[in-house]
Amino acid sequence: MLLTSIYVMLGLAIVLGALLGIAALLFKVEGDPLVARIDAILPQTQCGQCGYPGCKPYATAIANGEADINQCPPGGDAGVHALADLLGVEYKPLNAEHGIPKPKAVAFIDEATCIGCTLCIQACPVDAILGASKHMHTIIASECTGCELCLAPCPVDCISMKPLAETPDNWKWKYPVFPIKALPANSGKASA
Amino acid sequence: MNNIIQFASKLIKSLTVSDVHQFHGGVHPDEHKHESTTRPIAQLPMPETLTLPLRQHVGYIPKLKVQVGDYVLKGEMLAEAEGTVSAAIHAPTSGTITAIAEAVIPHPSGLPDMCVTLTPDGKDQWKPLTPIDWQHTAHNELIASLRTSGIVGLGGATFPTHIKLRTDGTSAVHTLIINAAECEPYITCDDMLMRERADEIVQGIAIAQHLLRATKVVIGIEDNKPAAAHAMTAASQTLTNATVTAVPTLYPSGDARRLIHLLLGVEVPHHKRATEVGIQVFNVATVLAIYRYFTFGEPSVSRIVTVTGNVAAPQNFEVLLGTPMPLLMAAAGGAKADTSHYVMGGPMMGFDLPSLDVPVTKATNCIIAASPTLFAPPPPAQPCIRCTRCADACPVNLQPQELYWFAKSDNFEKARDYNLFDCIECGCCTYVCPSNIPLVQYYRYAKSEIIALDKAQEAADLARERNDFRLARIEREKLERAQKHAERAAAAKNNLAQPESAEADKAASNPDAVAAKKAAIAAAVERAKALKQAAANSRGAEADSEQPSLAESNSAETKPDSDAQAKIDKKALIAAAMERAKAQKLAAAQAGDAPKNTENLSAKVKAEIDEIEAIRTKAQQMVKDKASDND
Repeated sequence: MLLTSIYVMLGLAIVLGALLGIAALLFKVEGDPLVARIDAILPQTQCGQCGYPGCKPYATAIANGEADINQCPPGGDAGVHALADLLGVEYKPLNAEHGIPKPKAVAFIDEATCIGCTLCIQACPVDAILGASKHMHTIIASECTGCELCLAPCPVDCISMKPLAETPDNWKWKYPVFPIKALPANSGKASA
Repeated sequence: MNNIIQFASKLIKSLTVSDVHQFHGGVHPDEHKHESTTRPIAQLPMPETLTLPLRQHVGYIPKLKVQVGDYVLKGEMLAEAEGTVSAAIHAPTSGTITAIAEAVIPHPSGLPDMCVTLTPDGKDQWKPLTPIDWQHTAHNELIASLRTSGIVGLGGATFPTHIKLRTDGTSAVHTLIINAAECEPYITCDDMLMRERADEIVQGIAIAQHLLRATKVVIGIEDNKPAAAHAMTAASQTLTNATVTAVPTLYPSGDARRLIHLLLGVEVPHHKRATEVGIQVFNVATVLAIYRYFTFGEPSVSRIVTVTGNVAAPQNFEVLLGTPMPLLMAAAGGAKADTSHYVMGGPMMGFDLPSLDVPVTKATNCIIAASPTLFAPPPPAQPCIRCTRCADACPVNLQPQELYWFAKSDNFEKARDYNLFDCIECGCCTYVCPSNIPLVQYYRYAKSEIIALDKAQEAADLARERNDFRLARIEREKLERAQKHAERAAAAKNNLAQPESAEADKAASNPDAVAAKKAAIAAAVERAKALKQAAANSRGAEADSEQPSLAESNSAETKPDSDAQAKIDKKALIAAAMERAKAQKLAAAQAGDAPKNTENLSAKVKAEIDEIEAIRTKAQQMVKDKASDND
């Protein structure tokens, strides 16, 4: 009796162990899923304001516990909240050392001043600048993340950041607010 | 008491009207329809200017085809449809294009958008019109033609009509529903249109039925429009398998899905379109526009607008698109003195116009002059008491009170999970709310926030993809370079190795050769040294800092194979190359590096080139200044 139960338990252990082993091989997770999930929250501006050379390196640093969650100004407060939720840590306000959130803007090249040096093209993290050596450059506005990395290398300072204007296309309905109106003097008395 | 009466009337209706299928919820506000139905549809005098916004429909902005100063005839295309969901815009009358600029458009944002301004010449002369024989023309040709007609859904949704009629020849649509419910209070444009032009509407229905290959037509009219229903019944005798069905007057029976439910008892699943279950819905004014386009060749240049509310003589007008609204108000006897603002659309779903100084567009079905007596300002909102009256009134079977909590607390994911995007913004919940909470405003806020977040997420995904691609490209280029270097090095080694090995053999046999080779190397070293010295001298002051290292190199000549020597050799080579480049540049400058193809330039182009050159030299000067400043 005793032996039988030992054999049964042993058999079960071997079978289940083998199953677990096979599952571990079959459903092996490539890379660190946590990094991908953090990266999905980051705004992909690739601006480097966090002190890392892009969003993915910052995500890796957060996952490794090397960086704090409040170093991404473009992600804003909502981004920090989302990261805090994901990682199960306490929310903390954005670290002002890494910059403050700004309204979304796109780079604009003053084409009359551009000398075609290609320095901005090399700096752009998302290849959103079009041009060639000694030819005028221009920004592909729909692909610009507004990271401002092209501003510093420009030798003639012909790049400026233009905030996105509100148009009927991107206009949003506002949160309902109720203006507080002072009641006429007599009605105030009546209610009092 | 009120509830009991409502319940009783519902009970009676459900017993007596057997051919309609009541939907859940709905409200019955005061109709206010009779004010504007006492007078026939009137024409407006020709306005002094017409302002045509490019954004008059759902979808992409059409592409402009005219310039300022162009003379256009009535019906000529001003902008053509671009992209799938888009519609063309035509000149509503003959005249001159006087401006293409931003102007305020009838949009809840009150923001300006691109508009074409047309100054009529008063002749109102049509372009040569070509009617289309729709019975004997291929389906795809008709649809392609309809794409240039500018016809959009005139019920207010302004969805391009040609897309709704695309069926690829093998249509699965079996039932065509004509939406004549017009359930919103105050609006009567469809009602008057049916009373006066039922024959034309019915011919339009025949065309739509032909295009869709629909076997059955159901015309749904609310039972508060007996005259229109009568006219339509009489006219629809010519149609095959068509019925006119009166639906109970209950807002929002004019919503497409509610009307389908009322007429057919079919509930279209929330993630599907009506065409997927074989049903297509068109507004009466839209089918009339289809009729006029195919029979006379007339594109969409006018529409019927109800002008009502706080005006002296409420009436329907046939209005050219682009007509300024003040003209419309004046035609209806002018707004009364206590008018506070103007509403476009109905009181339930319409929006306050930013100002009356906007043009009529394809979406303008009604303009209401509002006054505090007609529309009392809502009492202050009270906290939600969770009475769920909004859920009882919701015609889409949503849980408005839950959506309200989620929208209020910016809990957008939850709001989406509760099917916020199925909300048709009909306003029934706001209408019944005992706490006077503007619920629809919260839903609109949440919807536009979610749409903005989705767009931002899309942009982020694109940026991530492009950044990944860029990093991969840089990595690949690095590898390719390394590989090329390795290959070159290997090739050089091979070339060297063969003669060397031969020489080694020779050297072993001939010691004289070794001595000769040593002498040759010494001579080469001497030569290099001389070259270096020359280069160093030519660099002048710049090379001052390098003098010690050069001196060191002189002192270290006994060991020419040392690392330091190699480094200095390299430096000297770079210096020599720089010298050469400089000389080349100088030569080019002296020769005058005029670009080619500049022989036959006009004075204007030359002036332009000069200007650009001036800017360029200025920029270069700035760079130099900056560099010297930094020094």
